[in-house]
Amino acid sequence: MKVIRWGTGLIILGGLGYLNFFVLTAPLLVKLINVSLFSSLFVLYRVVRGPSPADRIVAVDILGVLIIGMLALLGLFYKQGFFMDIALIWALLSFIASLAFAKTLEGRRIDD
Amino acid sequence: MIRHIAGTVFIFLGIAFDFLGVLGLVRLPDVYNRLQAATKCVTFGTAGLLLGVFILEGFTSFGFKALLGIAFVFLSSPVAAHAISRAAHRSGIPLAAGSVVDMYKADQDTKS
Repeated sequence: MKVIRWGTGLIILGGLGYLNFFVLTAPLLVKLINVSLFSSLFVLYRVVRGPSPADRIVAVDILGVLIIGMLALLGLFYKQGFFMDIALIWALLSFIASLAFAKTLEGRRIDD
Repeated sequence: MIRHIAGTVFIFLGIAFDFLGVLGLVRLPDVYNRLQAATKCVTFGTAGLLLGVFILEGFTSFGFKALLGIAFVFLSSPVAAHAISRAAHRSGIPLAAGSVVDMYKADQDTKS
């Protein structure tokens, strides 16, 4: 049973990687952005199905850090400077949001 | 030319670490295990990716904003992870079934 699950997972991931890197005709940066988008799809699975509230908070925190890297790659692809400004502001806001979520989970007030 | 190759290698490494961290976020059994895998891997991966963007761009405003993004991520992500894990432990989310030791709980018991 375990072997079947691991095998199906490896086949799905390997097939997606093969399709992305060897079949799709696109610049290399677009393929890397595709891998990053697929990772954020995994994170959204953990947001939807996390058993406890702390899982969802961890997933949202990780999603913020992933989006920073994705915005940097998008700015490199489109050769526009403002993507990096959005990434910096996103980093600060994601940090403050994680702290506020943690305090709320602990049962304290925000301004404590 | 060698600058292009080095930047692309750093971006590849960053994307690979991001993907492995997100895989750990999906597969591991516990809030604390997920937090450990995801936070370390994704922070290191995003920092490597931004370093690759800096190497590719050189000393322009975009590259310096990428360096500033590395500083933000390295300063903010461990603090957020620590706050989330402490809040999860205090709000009573249990450890996984195969856990061996809980030093934070033992420390609380001896203190009170």
